Amino acid sequence: MDLTYTEEEEGFRARLRSWLALSLPKLPPKPDPLDWPGRRSYDTAWQRMLYDAGYAGLHWPVDAGGQGATPTQHLIYLEETERAGAPYVGANFVGLLHAGPTVAAEGTAEQRARWLPPVLRGDEVWCQGFSEPDAGSDLASLRTKAVRDGDSYVVTGSKIWTSHAEVADWCELLVRTDPQAPRHRGISWLAMPMDAPGVTVRPLRTLAGSAEFAEMFLDEVRVPVANRVGEENDGWRVTMVTLSFERGTAFVGEVVACRRTLGELARRARRNGHWDDPVLRRRLGRLNAEFRALWRLTQWNVSEAQNAGGVPGTGGSVFKLRYSHARQELYDTAAEVLGPDAMDLDEEWTGDRLSSLSYTIAAGTSQIQQNIVAERILGLPKGRRWTSG
Amino acid sequence: MDFRLTDDQRALRSGVRELLAGRFGRDALRAAVDREGTVDRELWRELGAAGFFALRLPEEEGGAGLGLPEAVLLFEEAGRALLNGPLVATHLAAGRLPGAADGTQVVTCGTQLRGLIPHFTDADAAVVIDGAGMRIRYPKDLPHARQFRSMDPLTPLHRIPDGPMVPPRPDAILLTAAEQLGSAARTTEMAVQYAKEREQFGQPIGGFQAVKHLCAQMLVRTEVARAAVYAAAVTEEFTEIAGAKLLADEAAVQGARDCLQVFGGMGFTWEADVHLHLKRAWLREQMWLTAAESEEIQAEALASAL
Repeated sequence: MDLTYTEEEEGFRARLRSWLALSLPKLPPKPDPLDWPGRRSYDTAWQRMLYDAGYAGLHWPVDAGGQGATPTQHLIYLEETERAGAPYVGANFVGLLHAGPTVAAEGTAEQRARWLPPVLRGDEVWCQGFSEPDAGSDLASLRTKAVRDGDSYVVTGSKIWTSHAEVADWCELLVRTDPQAPRHRGISWLAMPMDAPGVTVRPLRTLAGSAEFAEMFLDEVRVPVANRVGEENDGWRVTMVTLSFERGTAFVGEVVACRRTLGELARRARRNGHWDDPVLRRRLGRLNAEFRALWRLTQWNVSEAQNAGGVPGTGGSVFKLRYSHARQELYDTAAEVLGPDAMDLDEEWTGDRLSSLSYTIAAGTSQIQQNIVAERILGLPKGRRWTSG
Repeated sequence: MDFRLTDDQRALRSGVRELLAGRFGRDALRAAVDREGTVDRELWRELGAAGFFALRLPEEEGGAGLGLPEAVLLFEEAGRALLNGPLVATHLAAGRLPGAADGTQVVTCGTQLRGLIPHFTDADAAVVIDGAGMRIRYPKDLPHARQFRSMDPLTPLHRIPDGPMVPPRPDAILLTAAEQLGSAARTTEMAVQYAKEREQFGQPIGGFQAVKHLCAQMLVRTEVARAAVYAAAVTEEFTEIAGAKLLADEAAVQGARDCLQVFGGMGFTWEADVHLHLKRAWLREQMWLTAAESEEIQAEALASAL
């Protein structure tokens, strides 16, 4: 049980910290949250700065153009960038954390050369075309079909919850290439250019008021067979190779941010007198213990991942379950601190409270995560499945 | 940084687990219940010989020279096994009172439970924690102690009127939290094992999502508490220790309640061990720091960081 960082790790932290101090002032002003082209250029500008400084694709393998950093270095990176107030991965999320690692792990030499460098440089943005109106948590029941026609697939169907679809260049698309095969077996993974004829994107307005994601309609879109990553009908396995990244490391910076928010809440409560309310004060105290423990759990998971060759394990589900609820509790408590001001949409914490509602749904609902924990970690029997697969 | 257990720590943990499985298995546990929780002196000496009490004493004083992380692993195992007796107090007294380190003396604590003393009749002495210091008291020094019927059949209790109120001692808090952690891990295991075996409606109840989700939540609470307890053992920081106690108390109490629920009607009987875990978890929840006190300590830490 060693929580001290090695000299090498501390050196990495120190270099990163001084680079952040020098570089962050050079960023353009933050765009309006509703200005999607503005957000894209801001996020890609940040990615370009990371690339030029040698921090792009930190946890990607070296032969994919990444830095081959250890999970601990990645943890330090996420901790330091959050502390310094650096931008989040934003529009580059899918490219850097999902589609990129998938292509790196499963793509051919040509595919890696075509798609990986532009992600690292911030030249191209990806979105994720997995979910469908009838295939959310039950992703394997997806119906968007791809029919082979010469050297193309002709794709028809629709996708939903596609973040950054409006500004993306590429979509990592799951399609059904064999309607006769069992559910998980007839799926393929395609890289679809977003400017292909037949692609229509319609933004979806969320309860937070913003257009975080979109619906996507695909009407006989031609995608070259050469854009398929992995074998035909092997897309499910290809996807599972990288899906755990989403739960493993995506929230690390956010835990640091939540701890900072908690300090700000205490400050606000002291100013407006709510600190004298022992119920509210104790609730803030409890959250302090909670987020400290979540940070320790992150360090635990990273240590385990480092030992397992960098692949985040099922510990990600345990973390995600607890964190998503703690985050909602944090912003509910923020509303208590704010009092009636919590009704003001321009209060930062009000927006955070609304967006935190997605945390127990996105990337696998809490109920699905509990099934994963119960079946894969505790070994409880699988529930009844109503279709074969 | 490598938060995982070292090989030595793993070996220590499995050694203790084996010792307790052999020496304090189900029969010994139920025998302890039948004699109302009195301490098994022979077992106490064996624990002493195994280094349970002297673990953190320097080698030149006959100890193992190990630290709080190792002690936490030991007490976690004790919590798993539901080992009874004033383990933390005797561990604290080692090096201060002859016979504590080797388990020939049973030492309780007069200041962990606000006016209640566990195992008073059994004890040769009691430690009284007083600020940073510690004093030794003998039963004859405490003539007003009165026994009452303890809810926890493994922990006899006496009440002392006007028992002293003193600041809690960090290592004692953490070792109690470690026992809670072990209990939480054990009730999770018990629930999972039962859910795999017990069949209703033609399948193991663990196949039903409602049961599955109870079990998953038990594991989540246990693993969060584990990260907190282990980290606090490494940093020895008071706020972190108080937070670890808060989360471990919750994991143990709620874990035992959920386990009881999974066991259904059987869980409500004296025959199932679940109630023994719950009653002890409730007792430990009152020791050293309550949830309210821990939360105030956390709030104070937030405020003082401003």
